[in-house]
Amino acid sequence: MNNHVELTFKSVSENEAFARVAVAAFVAQIDPNMDELTEIKTVVSEAVTNAIIHGYEEDSNQDVYISCTLTDNSLSVLIEDKGMGIDNIDLAKEPLYTSKPELERSGMGFTIMENFMDKVEIISYPGEGTKVKMTKDLQTSQTMCK
Amino acid sequence: MQLQTQFTVIQDVLIVRLDGELDHHSAARLKIEWQEQLRHQGVKHVILNLDSLQFMDSSGLGVVLGRYKEVKQLGGEMIVCSVNPAVKRLFNMSGLFKIVRLEMNEDYALSSLGVAS
Repeated sequence: MNNHVELTFKSVSENEAFARVAVAAFVAQIDPNMDELTEIKTVVSEAVTNAIIHGYEEDSNQDVYISCTLTDNSLSVLIEDKGMGIDNIDLAKEPLYTSKPELERSGMGFTIMENFMDKVEIISYPGEGTKVKMTKDLQTSQTMCK
Repeated sequence: MQLQTQFTVIQDVLIVRLDGELDHHSAARLKIEWQEQLRHQGVKHVILNLDSLQFMDSSGLGVVLGRYKEVKQLGGEMIVCSVNPAVKRLFNMSGLFKIVRLEMNEDYALSSLGVAS
């Protein structure tokens, strides 16, 4: 199975649910298990929320980009914003660290992404935006049939 | 799916039942409603029932942590019950179970606070 989809949507919080459901629907074609689907929905939700809150500081007139690729039983997701970027990526990745404690952020976003996916890569430049590239190998029923 | 919230007060316990999906979008309204409920006369403890919660991400952890701090100010305790395995993983990952007690269901949670349901 080789397939690809791209999405662009406005940086409004209503689209957090849209994004995770859309990616889950795309991945459903290779028949992932329920745990894998939940993990994928959660990490998409985390990265899109980061783009909206941190990348664009809740400016709803910006765009968030998602690109998903399925190669055999591996999923690759790229979530991108063209917002303010991250000054210190190592600090941002620390569990419980948040740059916005006043908004009751838990600081667990990147920790969850790293726990639920096989690989997480963050490419970010201040003033240019942030790309979060994540990959996950899925234990699909196709694998089990081999 | 939108988040539906039901608040019930029994003696000094506020029961919060969530149904649907808790993310950054739904967390904003939940925070306001929950804070309003905590201002009710005599409320001290909170039981958070997640039996019908279908999805939660780290924004949910933030709201729970925020309310935990307010319950602590009231001298009360926060208990979470009927947690599904996916949400349990998030709570474990963030260390929230070190400060928020886990009970199997609402009845156990109530009786642990000395309230007959």
